[in-house]
Amino acid sequence: MNLNTLTIDTVRSALAEGTATATSLALSFFDAIQKQDGEIGAFLTLSKERALIRAAEIDGLVKDGKPLPPLAGVPVAIKDVMVTRGVRTTAGSRILDNFVPPYDSTAVARLEQAGAVALGKLNCDEFAMGSSNENSAYHPVRNPRDTSRVPGGSSGGAAAAVAAGMAVATLGSDTGGSIRQPASFCGVVGMMPTYGRVSRYGLIAFASSLDHIGPLTHSVKDAALVLRTIAGRDPMDSTSADVPVPDYVVELEKPIKGLRVGVAKEYFGEGLDPEVRGSVEAAIDRLRDLGCEIVKVSLPHTEYAIPTYYIVATAEASANLARFDGVRYGYRSKKTRSLSEMYQRTRDEAFGTEVKRRIMLGTYALSAGYYDAYYLKAQKVRALLTRDFDEAFRKVDVIATPTSPTAAFRLGEKVNDPLAMYLADIYTVTADLAGIPGISVPCGQTKENLPIGLQILGKHFDEATVLRLAHAYETGVRE
Amino acid sequence: MNEDKVTEEDVSHVAELANLDLSEEERTRMVRDLNSILGYIERLNELNTDKVQPMAQVSDRYGVDESKQGSERFAYAAREDVREGLRSSLPHEEALRNAPDADGTFFRVPKVIEK
Repeated sequence: MNLNTLTIDTVRSALAEGTATATSLALSFFDAIQKQDGEIGAFLTLSKERALIRAAEIDGLVKDGKPLPPLAGVPVAIKDVMVTRGVRTTAGSRILDNFVPPYDSTAVARLEQAGAVALGKLNCDEFAMGSSNENSAYHPVRNPRDTSRVPGGSSGGAAAAVAAGMAVATLGSDTGGSIRQPASFCGVVGMMPTYGRVSRYGLIAFASSLDHIGPLTHSVKDAALVLRTIAGRDPMDSTSADVPVPDYVVELEKPIKGLRVGVAKEYFGEGLDPEVRGSVEAAIDRLRDLGCEIVKVSLPHTEYAIPTYYIVATAEASANLARFDGVRYGYRSKKTRSLSEMYQRTRDEAFGTEVKRRIMLGTYALSAGYYDAYYLKAQKVRALLTRDFDEAFRKVDVIATPTSPTAAFRLGEKVNDPLAMYLADIYTVTADLAGIPGISVPCGQTKENLPIGLQILGKHFDEATVLRLAHAYETGVRE
Repeated sequence: MNEDKVTEEDVSHVAELANLDLSEEERTRMVRDLNSILGYIERLNELNTDKVQPMAQVSDRYGVDESKQGSERFAYAAREDVREGLRSSLPHEEALRNAPDADGTFFRVPKVIEK
């Protein structure tokens, strides 16, 4: 069994035919992790005991001939920003080095209820702040396609684990592109659903109005299967939407002929690598061949997305990260004589450079005298960016763009230039600000064999069309 | 040359607001980085947004009842006020388990009032 390409359907038939058990599968994956992860660095914590208990339950169902839940025995792994009861959860930060959560996040609980076997917790940029996974307080993740390169970020571990065959599917989080950009860099599928589609309960908050949980997988169908499991209203998250969840898997098979695909020149401008442009344009031609109508659209405020994002996201982060104060959980600085000194030393010693930079930027933007100039201004531009999409989606069903302006860059290439690093998210952040769904699906590779991603963006709550088109593209290319 | 927006003094003030005890080296670097990032953010001022309503939340778009005022507008996010809430509280012991310092009943912290 080739773990590198194992899909949820293959796991299902292997269990049904008795060629594998959930336990033997989990053990094969732990072996693969043991063999490869020293070099890749995708995992921070393994939850072997929990996984094997879960796998034994599934094997019990198979043995008794009972019906199997939809993700029975599927080995999955979770970005370490989602809390897991009894399993250490760090958010990639020293400040939570020893944190063992007392409850499960809703997305993880739903995956396990559907029969998935959670192997462990995945490396990421500290508090999901980064585009290369080099901001992890533990160790960087290396791109399985070329270990001198980054896997993207912040869900770098989640993308690398799937690409290297160390999990069939993973859960990541996307605040500015953190699912789609690493999916693109590692050559896997990554889906960010509509804001509010998946409960954020138990997701360690970075920027609450921008945080999304979503799957990374080998295939679009697997993304649909995982999303179907984790989506839907959760009373524990007041921003989770009470909007019916369609059966994404059934929707995949509907025809795409006549779908209108928007192409915006703002996503093909300066800074776009020619090889990436070539692949994405070829992918769009392919969609035309498959019967789609290609329509020019305009998203005129696109160039203002990154500055808007870095105000909104850091302002929210500065408030969210105030809770890490050394009192109730996590690291506390030793030898401090007063409470205020304890807060300051704890945070200074345990937060990394990028986290401090963003807390500082966010605090500055919210501080007296600057609120209107920065935070309020950014919220207004956020409204304009969202309006751009509203207008475009009057004319088209989806919009196709590159996921990232370049393929995976080298480790160390951008670490000393925060602004250059931020620009790696130039094609992904706007969807987070507007709250619309988006997917990255592999669409070729560079001459150096580095994967390139096609991004498909859709209307609010219309993941079904995004997935359907991505699936048609993926299977159309394969044929 | 553009004058720097953020000074060493600003950085010290903001660090204090954010409860960060930055080292001398970190402060110097922060002045440089914040000025570079804010310089880039400056371009938002090219846009006239006088008549634009700020957007704080995506969920405002699908939940808010525009015809209502005040908290009624956000009724979609409300839930019934029940005694135990949506889940029972954590047992005391479990809530204290991750604390760096606790005495079995309370979280323990250094002196709050300084001499």
